[in-house]
Amino acid sequence: MKSKKLLLPAAIAGVLAMSLTACGGGGGGGGSASSGGGLSGDAANNLDGRGPITYVQGKDNSNVVRPLIDKWNAAHPNEKVTFKEQSDQADQQHDDLVQNFQAKNPNYDVMSVDVVWTAEFAAKGWLQPLKDKTSIPTDGMLDATIKSATYNGTLYAAPQSSDGGILYYRSDLVPTPPKTWDEMMSMCSIAKAHNIGCYAGQFQKYEGLTVNAAEAINSAGGKIVDDSGKAAVNTDQAKAGLNNLVQAYKDGNIPTEAITYQEEQGRQAFEDGKLLFLRNWPYVYNLAKTDGSSTVKDTFKMAPLPGKSGPGASSLGGHNVAMSVYSKNKATVSDFLKFITSEETQRFYATQGSLAPVLTKLYDDQALVAKLPYLPVLKTSIQNAVPRPVTPFYPAVTKAVQDNAYAALKGEKSVDTAISDMQKAIESAGAK
Amino acid sequence: MSTELQKPKTTAGGGQKLPGRESADRKEATQGRWAYTLLAPSLVLLAIVIIYPVINAIVMSFQKDSGLDATTGFFSEGGPAGFDNYIHWLVQQCTAPGGGSVACPPGTLGAQFWDSMGTTFFFTLVTVAFETVLGFWMAIIMARAFRGRSLIRAAVLVPWAIPTAVTAKLWFFIFAFEGIANKLFGTQILWTGSEWPAKWAIIIADVWKTTPFMALLILAGLQLIPDEVYEAARVDGASTWQRFRLITLPLVRPALMVAILFRVLDALRMYDLPAIMTQGANGTTTLSILVVQQIRQGFNTAAALSTITFLVIFLVAFIFVRFLGANAVDAATSSGKAK
Amino acid sequence: MTTATVSRTSATSTDRPKRPFNWGSFRTYISAAIILIWCLAPFYWMVVTAFRDVGFTFDTTPFFTHVTWDNFATVFDESLGNHFGKNLLNSLIVGVVTTVVALVVGVFAAYALARLNFRFKFVVLGFILGASMFPGVALVTPLFQLFTNIGWFGTYQALIIPNISFVLPLTVYTLTSFFREMPWELEEAARIDGCTQGQAFRKVILPLAAPATFTTAILAFIASWNEFLIASQLSNDSTKTVTVAIAYFAGSQPHQEPYTAVMAAGTVVTIPLVILVLIFQRKIVAGLTAGAVK
Repeated sequence: MKSKKLLLPAAIAGVLAMSLTACGGGGGGGGSASSGGGLSGDAANNLDGRGPITYVQGKDNSNVVRPLIDKWNAAHPNEKVTFKEQSDQADQQHDDLVQNFQAKNPNYDVMSVDVVWTAEFAAKGWLQPLKDKTSIPTDGMLDATIKSATYNGTLYAAPQSSDGGILYYRSDLVPTPPKTWDEMMSMCSIAKAHNIGCYAGQFQKYEGLTVNAAEAINSAGGKIVDDSGKAAVNTDQAKAGLNNLVQAYKDGNIPTEAITYQEEQGRQAFEDGKLLFLRNWPYVYNLAKTDGSSTVKDTFKMAPLPGKSGPGASSLGGHNVAMSVYSKNKATVSDFLKFITSEETQRFYATQGSLAPVLTKLYDDQALVAKLPYLPVLKTSIQNAVPRPVTPFYPAVTKAVQDNAYAALKGEKSVDTAISDMQKAIESAGAK
Repeated sequence: MSTELQKPKTTAGGGQKLPGRESADRKEATQGRWAYTLLAPSLVLLAIVIIYPVINAIVMSFQKDSGLDATTGFFSEGGPAGFDNYIHWLVQQCTAPGGGSVACPPGTLGAQFWDSMGTTFFFTLVTVAFETVLGFWMAIIMARAFRGRSLIRAAVLVPWAIPTAVTAKLWFFIFAFEGIANKLFGTQILWTGSEWPAKWAIIIADVWKTTPFMALLILAGLQLIPDEVYEAARVDGASTWQRFRLITLPLVRPALMVAILFRVLDALRMYDLPAIMTQGANGTTTLSILVVQQIRQGFNTAAALSTITFLVIFLVAFIFVRFLGANAVDAATSSGKAK
Repeated sequence: MTTATVSRTSATSTDRPKRPFNWGSFRTYISAAIILIWCLAPFYWMVVTAFRDVGFTFDTTPFFTHVTWDNFATVFDESLGNHFGKNLLNSLIVGVVTTVVALVVGVFAAYALARLNFRFKFVVLGFILGASMFPGVALVTPLFQLFTNIGWFGTYQALIIPNISFVLPLTVYTLTSFFREMPWELEEAARIDGCTQGQAFRKVILPLAAPATFTTAILAFIASWNEFLIASQLSNDSTKTVTVAIAYFAGSQPHQEPYTAVMAAGTVVTIPLVILVLIFQRKIVAGLTAGAVK
């Protein structure tokens, strides 16, 4: 893990890989000998293959996958898609994919991949680069979604669905929503006057804190990693961003108990009328409108996240669809990817599954907005969104962000120390 | 393993004779073969499910995890690691960006090794101390004859029978900010959100769940003490405290030590409660949690950590048996003769 | 249901007839009441919450209010992604197979350890006890990789095999304690009557050992049923056990922490165990504390 043999010639790496498979390293398949531009190894095979394929995705809770596949199969009787449904738990989906990639399973042709796994799988050499014969059209897609599917300058997956943070606010107390962070903080006196908390997001030490800390840092003009995946968080902008959260917590503008909040606790507090502002995902909208216990049914609205001088930079959620290098029918998979990203499918995702589309123009579609009233706000949010760090070491990077942001929030270390520790921890994650 | 152990005594050939006629040696030999035949399935099975994985883990722990090849952007295999993985944990050294090594920065798993070692031992010490005292008290109550005694004995089995995962969710709910614990005591404590309350929430849940086990083991020890001993002491005018200190404690000590040994070793591998209640946040990362978190960042480094964890637990067990006289083996073998 | 058993048990235990008020026994009753509340109150709260309408999750009324079966419906609602019936079946399969294997194998080992004299007995016992104290994480890491390599992920054996590593030692240890308390004079008598040691074992000891074996089976099953660490790492959707399912329960919405449904699931998982424990209370106590009772 702490090896620094980065310059080993590819041949030696290959020999080592072979000699070590018996003892098992966790590492990747055929990609290690690849050299830059052209395709090699498994990625070069079966590019014209056509035939039945299998689509792998986590639990299909809103029943969107089956109708889509039925539709595809009706049109492609010789290239039918079989749906392999995974667990509803992200960790288990991840492990299931890793195991099948390691086994070079040719029956896992095309899979739905969480945006934060894309880089890892690409770096392991498991994902087919989407270029040349297997390329897909990406015009009209939201920038951030394409970025989340891109590793080392190459597109490795097709954006499938998106998600972004939204600011929910009490429209009965705040007539016009704040556009900037400072503006929002100045409105906290209203919260105090009504004896409720001012702002909350997800500040418990888990993935949600990475999302929120990244939003604070990105909104202030900082970044966590640069385009090549290197740690780049040790900047004044990043410090200023994190400091916004830390200061708000210290001032009580973020209530004390918010440090235990995941999405649900925040939603609960907001619905109980205990919060003026809440950063959360679009799913809250319907619940807050319809929940029996919601006290804010008609007294809340949505706005883009506040930033430094305009809309803030939301972190991006959602999934990409990727093609396995071990697939035998890559031409079929390629068509299937185009089908998934098509306007028609994207519209179906939105209406049937309430999944945010990746195509910009659907956000202005009147029929869709009627069904999902948060779309216009979400559009602003996702247009300004920044993917979470695109790095093959995502588990280590998210830990570096969470641990240090959490310590800073709680006042255990200064913002400066937290950011510089974050930088070092991310560097050490990449230096293996 | 079993074959090697059988070897020394395989001379005696003949069939079964009446036991009294055999020389002690011969008896042990025939019994020995019979014994190892009976033991073989268990020993072989345990060898497969424990020894093989352990050896596998040790082999893995001397391999590097695959790393990113900077020139291609792809992963490549790691190669032999020597003791690097162990050094990584024990002295908390991580690879520096430019090569060489630096102290693991906060926010890496490596930086948490000694913290989680401390947390693990803290949990162990505190929970076992509470469980011993509370368990002793419960055992003394349960040993008394009173109406409804069997009700109490059934009731203490309830927490014991509830799966730890359910226990964790239950106490997580009780300790929610708006939960019953805060409402009952009129407090505003962020039980799972700040360091000491989180530790205590886990300790309370663990004590609730496992004290019954302790109490029942101690009760068993108490019931071994004949009533006549107490009667005699009472006749001699010993006070309650004297009876406890001079009779109960010494006589129950073997059972107590075994119970403590079991609980200590169990507490040292604590995983379920913190994993579900806090995900290891707020200073509740135990060694077991650290291992599981590391598995997804690299098997081989995780294997080194799990080997270290195993050695630590082994060492504690050794110290217990060797120096504190917790002899579980004796407890299991000393047959009813003592009675 | 608890109360029903309560009244029955207390009615049958007639230790003492009426007698004058006694402060010592009063203190005992106070202590007993404290133990009772401490042990049962959290469990009671789980059941109350399980039957409470989700909109009143944090209501603190200490008795059943806003009673509903909805939470149980949620637990088994497949459209929410909860395959709780399947999870129960998985736990049952893993628990039963583990228990049967451990018992079949362990009963012989326990007999040898309790009854026979042989060299290295202490080594063997030490090894078996050591195995029972073995940390699960030390198995998870290598098995995670091994099962990945041989494609055993998502199979029952991937859960049963590691479970045996801690259930078998427990079984052997408990049975050994039981066996050494048994009336072995009968075996001697059988042998004097001409039985071989093997015959004596089959015809005399096995029938005598049946109750002890049954108790051990309960303990082994509970241990396996309650296992979490290994199942959480080595199961997939098709073999997920109840403990893992409860820990990662899905609400009707993403991100939702469905407290009431989780408590309902906890109740479903716990009630059979509690019933088992109440029915076999004496046996289980005897099993846990084998050696104490004459």
